[in-house]
Amino acid sequence: MKALSDLNAGEKGKVKKIDAEGELKQRLFSLGLRKGSLLEVKAMSMAKSTMEIEVGTTLLALRFEEAKRIGIETL
Amino acid sequence: MNELIIALVGQPNVGKSMLINSIADARLKVGNFSGVTVEKAEVNFSAQGHSIKIVDLPGTYSLNDYTQDERVTKDFLQNEHYDLIINVVDATNLERNLYLTTQLLELGKKMIVALNMMDEAHKEGQCIDHEQLSSILGVPCVKVSAATKRGIGKLLNRAIDVSLFPLEKSKLIYSDVVEEEIGKLASFLDRKHYASRLSSREIALRLLQEDTATYRKMHEEPIWVELSSFLKEALEHLYVHYETKDVAEIFAEERAAFAKGAVVETLSCKKCTSQTLTQKIDAVLIHPVYGIPIFFFLMWSLFQLTFTLGSIPMDWIDAFFVALGNYAKTVFGEGELGSIIADGAISGVGAVVMFLPNIVILFLGIALLETTGYMARVAFLLDGFFHRFGLHGKSFIPLVTGFGCSVPAYMSARTLKNDKDRLITLFIIGFMSCGAKLPVYVLFAGAFFGQEHAGNALFAIYLAGAFIGLLAAKFLKRFVFKGADEPFVMEMPKYRLPSLKLIWHTVVSKAIMYLQKAGTFILAASLLIWFASNYPKYPDLEASFDQKIEQASDEALKVEYENEKSKVLLEKSFLGKIGKSTDWLFTPLGFDWKMTVALESGLAAKEVVVSTLGVLYALGSGVDEGNESLIAELQKQIPLASAVSFMIFVMFYLPCLAASIVFTKESGGYKYLAYLFVFTTIIAWVLAFIGYRVTLLFS
Repeated sequence: MKALSDLNAGEKGKVKKIDAEGELKQRLFSLGLRKGSLLEVKAMSMAKSTMEIEVGTTLLALRFEEAKRIGIETL
Repeated sequence: MNELIIALVGQPNVGKSMLINSIADARLKVGNFSGVTVEKAEVNFSAQGHSIKIVDLPGTYSLNDYTQDERVTKDFLQNEHYDLIINVVDATNLERNLYLTTQLLELGKKMIVALNMMDEAHKEGQCIDHEQLSSILGVPCVKVSAATKRGIGKLLNRAIDVSLFPLEKSKLIYSDVVEEEIGKLASFLDRKHYASRLSSREIALRLLQEDTATYRKMHEEPIWVELSSFLKEALEHLYVHYETKDVAEIFAEERAAFAKGAVVETLSCKKCTSQTLTQKIDAVLIHPVYGIPIFFFLMWSLFQLTFTLGSIPMDWIDAFFVALGNYAKTVFGEGELGSIIADGAISGVGAVVMFLPNIVILFLGIALLETTGYMARVAFLLDGFFHRFGLHGKSFIPLVTGFGCSVPAYMSARTLKNDKDRLITLFIIGFMSCGAKLPVYVLFAGAFFGQEHAGNALFAIYLAGAFIGLLAAKFLKRFVFKGADEPFVMEMPKYRLPSLKLIWHTVVSKAIMYLQKAGTFILAASLLIWFASNYPKYPDLEASFDQKIEQASDEALKVEYENEKSKVLLEKSFLGKIGKSTDWLFTPLGFDWKMTVALESGLAAKEVVVSTLGVLYALGSGVDEGNESLIAELQKQIPLASAVSFMIFVMFYLPCLAASIVFTKESGGYKYLAYLFVFTTIIAWVLAFIGYRVTLLFS
């Protein structure tokens, strides 16, 4: 299984696992990122520190450290 | 008729504040990024013979305790009295918005769902069957558009209707597994005839959701002994079924499934072209290479504009107040009355009003940044950079707000979840020079760097302030507020063209506030400064000078004596004594006692720095120079190195009284204010000293 942080801009995936504690997990849930959600990586910032992803109809910004904790099945 | 209290709840960026604006024509600030409404705002008005109070709660993605403003919303909804919830929903992003709606339904209150931004949804080709949605949710759904004001009247009518009828229970139904466990617990409570404000179902649900407050309450009840074993069993069942022991996750999945189901049944997409425009703009604005230069260019343009465009009406206003002051002297005479009006009130207030154009341009720029959705992109771009200095990408929002005013900036730091991140951000907000410091810079930059370089000087000042702020953040993170980092997860809202009316409202209300401050607080401060610089009187001294002047043979000598007279009298006044007794602190920085006094009075409000200078240098100038402007006066009386060190000191020292009070509240104690005072004063003094010495070397 890949981590979200391994994906490049333009790649799509399906969330398999979220390795986060209570509050962060809740926040991801309420923003629509949970097991089974489909997502697409839209953009990366210069030093590969943050990435922009699209989940459903929402655009989200994530830090790479958080993206490492999200397990992805590439599509 | 009783007052009808409506709680306005919704996720960030769904147009809540704009909706309130449309409903009540109120002047609330609206921003297209999370954290604009940080404190609940209230609006009162009457419609159809009812007096209505709408409480605008901070935007929240869910009713958890993630950030402080989410807590404000949750606490209000659970503990305060209100009659009705209006849940504002972004029709273009229905599924995610309904997630919050499901949580609101669980509160068991009267509710209406306002499907906002219907116009935009139509443009994107989305059709929402709002009647079907109403029957799924069990609460009325009304289509509205805050931007075009459609459906607003209908929404209000429905709200009043709903409030008049008894509560109908919502139809939020969970999956069979969860419903079964709720049923078991509820029937146990019923069998025990457990009486509570809440229904048995609600208590059962809250227990399953591990709601701390409910547990605390039930724990003290006699039935807890039996209840706990039922509860344990119920939770075990859920754990097995969902393959996780995280109750929050179980219910999140339940809600998401419900929201998804509701969307599937109500939304039909003719042509789904959503977000293409936003993505096209993003391709440019958050480009990995060009993104940051574009951002800096935009900021640079803003400061250039602030100075160059602002300086045109500034000259007119300045000329107007100088003329007014001279006119006042001809009407009221050269005596005490003329002096208090011309030298006290008019020059003090005039010095502040002069900067209104600059303030308006700066606030216009910040309002545009906020409402278009660009601010979130900048947080995205800068997080990597900020993170290295121990800050969070989201710190950017309070920091940029700090360029406008520190008070809302301190409040918007609440969007930061982690206490340490928040404290670091709070400590350096003051280094982002606020709008009230702008007059000081404009005045000095104009006087000492000339018109052509003043805009660049201004930009450099703001940049240098921000840079030192970052270094200070690094220092604080490293040595004072150590700890784990907050995760960076943030929504990137769609780009939206801000409504002109809204921008107009924001800017006008800022301008009015500024003028009100000039007319009240600044006026009072100017009069006080005038008094303190004119008293006590020394009749003997004055008489001896007058004698000298009369006996002087030629005009030049007369003028010299006149100047010396006002100088000596000023130095012997109350203000002169205060300044002289403390100026040993500032002599190493090259300040004279007038600058010292101006700095000290700036602790009350930064505008007072300029008005104090205005009063002091108007008084100190000789009679025949009375109609020269403050800029010329400063050029004549202050050396360049002292001016540089003065500007540096103003950049970094303690924010105004109002901001300090808010800082104390947000940071959690006077202890932190004391730290802030020491921290900022040391930095200001040391940097001003360096600036002074370096300028002396090169000039």
